[in-house]
Amino acid sequence: MAASPQILSFPGRVQLTEPTGIPEFDRLTGGLPTGAITEIFGSPSSGRTSLLLSLFAAMSMQGKVCALVDSTDSFDPASAERAGVRLANLVWVRCNRHAGHAFKAADMLLHGGGFGLIALDLADLPRRVLQHIPLSYWYRFRRAIEHTPASLVVLSTEPQVKSCATLLLETKRSRLDLSGAPGFHLLRGLEMQLLPRKPVRSATAQLRAEAIR
Amino acid sequence: MYACLHLSESQEEAGESLLALARQFTPLFERAAPETVVLAMEGMERLLGSPLEMAEAIEKQAREANLSVRIAIAGNPDAAIYAARSYSGITIVPPGEEQKWLGSLDISHLPLTPETEETLRRWGIRTFAQLAALPETGVAARFGQEGVHLQRIARGEYSRPLIPWHPDLTFERHEELEHPVELLEPLLFVIGRQIHEICDALRQSSLATNEIQLVLTLEGNVENRRTLRLPVPLNIAAPLRQLIQLDLEAHPPQAAITGVRIEARPVMPQRLQTGLFLPQAPEPAKLELTLKRIEKLVGEGRVGTPEIPDTHRPGAFRIQLRQAFQTEPARQEERRQISLALRIYRPPLEAEVDLRDGAPARIKAAGIRGRVLNYAGPWRTAGDWWRNDAWSRAEWDIALSDQSLYRIYFDMREDRWFIEGRYD
Repeated sequence: MAASPQILSFPGRVQLTEPTGIPEFDRLTGGLPTGAITEIFGSPSSGRTSLLLSLFAAMSMQGKVCALVDSTDSFDPASAERAGVRLANLVWVRCNRHAGHAFKAADMLLHGGGFGLIALDLADLPRRVLQHIPLSYWYRFRRAIEHTPASLVVLSTEPQVKSCATLLLETKRSRLDLSGAPGFHLLRGLEMQLLPRKPVRSATAQLRAEAIR
Repeated sequence: MYACLHLSESQEEAGESLLALARQFTPLFERAAPETVVLAMEGMERLLGSPLEMAEAIEKQAREANLSVRIAIAGNPDAAIYAARSYSGITIVPPGEEQKWLGSLDISHLPLTPETEETLRRWGIRTFAQLAALPETGVAARFGQEGVHLQRIARGEYSRPLIPWHPDLTFERHEELEHPVELLEPLLFVIGRQIHEICDALRQSSLATNEIQLVLTLEGNVENRRTLRLPVPLNIAAPLRQLIQLDLEAHPPQAAITGVRIEARPVMPQRLQTGLFLPQAPEPAKLELTLKRIEKLVGEGRVGTPEIPDTHRPGAFRIQLRQAFQTEPARQEERRQISLALRIYRPPLEAEVDLRDGAPARIKAAGIRGRVLNYAGPWRTAGDWWRNDAWSRAEWDIALSDQSLYRIYFDMREDRWFIEGRYD
């Protein structure tokens, strides 16, 4: 039996959330907000994608259908499978570095309905492209997803969704775990810190992404 | 109650008229032979009256259709068939009197094998009544189940459900256009009408289609054939029309169109038993349409479900459009481990790598440069040596001075360095 949704109180309103099965994430945020936009941002190699794949794994294992709008064709199915993502429940849209296509595809998926989690990966798009994204896109997305059981997760290097994000999380790499003597190192994993930027909280969470070859 | 209509004289071309006559009274009828149909008349009393009035109504319609038919009404289909074949005009066999009406008929009317007929005649059995009078156990001992079946027919006791007749099901529409059509909109008008008719026919037969062939006849009598394969059988016109529209927009015909033919392959519709507590999944028809629209936007083969083929080749994957999802939740794990993800560069970035003591020390590629602070490796992999696209490489995980973690590899066949992706 899948874990039941929880209700998280944000100042001024009540937000439904879905447990992700990642204890640190759930403790910090109360779960993934449904019917709302969540943005995960951070510098490269800070663990954003690892966290996103874990969210995909949690949702697809609950039997939900997920979609990834991959603006830069950087999704690695093998990494996703290692993370526990049920690939059969994932729709992957490869946009070949075309931001406009990525936004249109996300819009179609949001309006198509029936998805549990839709992710829009903008992490590798250049800043000059992202600067030209009108804010109205995010309002449209927020309007399309509200009152639905779906979650929209946006992955980026710098915050893009602005006021339309219900949950804004920053990832920071805290440590790289290499074992073995110099010259015979083995990459064991990456430790990261999860900082809630909206709603602002002093609490943080430490997560570890294991390197599995 | 069953009514049998039997053409009283050989009217080969009247077979279709007989079917049309039967359809005027009931959709449930059996075509027992080309000149014989049996109609289920149960419940028709309130509409047509007594059995005699029913028979007269049928006879009146037959006369109007210029058909000369014998009509018999009985309590079971076989009694009605034998009565209609044996008696002219209208025959009403009251319930319980079947044996009286059928008794005088010759046994040659029964579906006998030559051996059975010969045996019966040697016994002196000539009529239905004589066969009906034989002891049941004796008939069963001599002829087995077949004999019991024949005796029940001869007694007028055998009742069975009708085998309903259906016309040959074809889901194909063809139209020659008066003038060549060059624009998509008028063409879609024609296609939309044909699709509507096909979907109506499919729904009437409780069927759907998972493959549509669109054959356009172009000027110069050239055929342009497009095949649409649907992951989920559909029998709704609107999404099918839109799918054809998207396909035509992506692959426009090269000349004006003079004819349109649409063929739909009939299959059983998909039946899903959804659970109250199962997660919601996209509606198949809507999802198919959404994915086709996205495919039109991003290009063919760039949207779908990823699959990892059975190979060790790095970065190998397949992508295909599918609609079948596993909405059954998996068994809940105690704690989910986060796995370090790789973001792939497609194609891999060619790099210049400086080595120190055989390990990467500095790297330079498009948009990436820096000093290697830490490294792990090499991991050597090779495979498919019997093919032209064999691979052989040494992989390294490196931490650069720009705080990023990369996977790089040295391609031993090409003698070059590449950055495969960035850990994130």
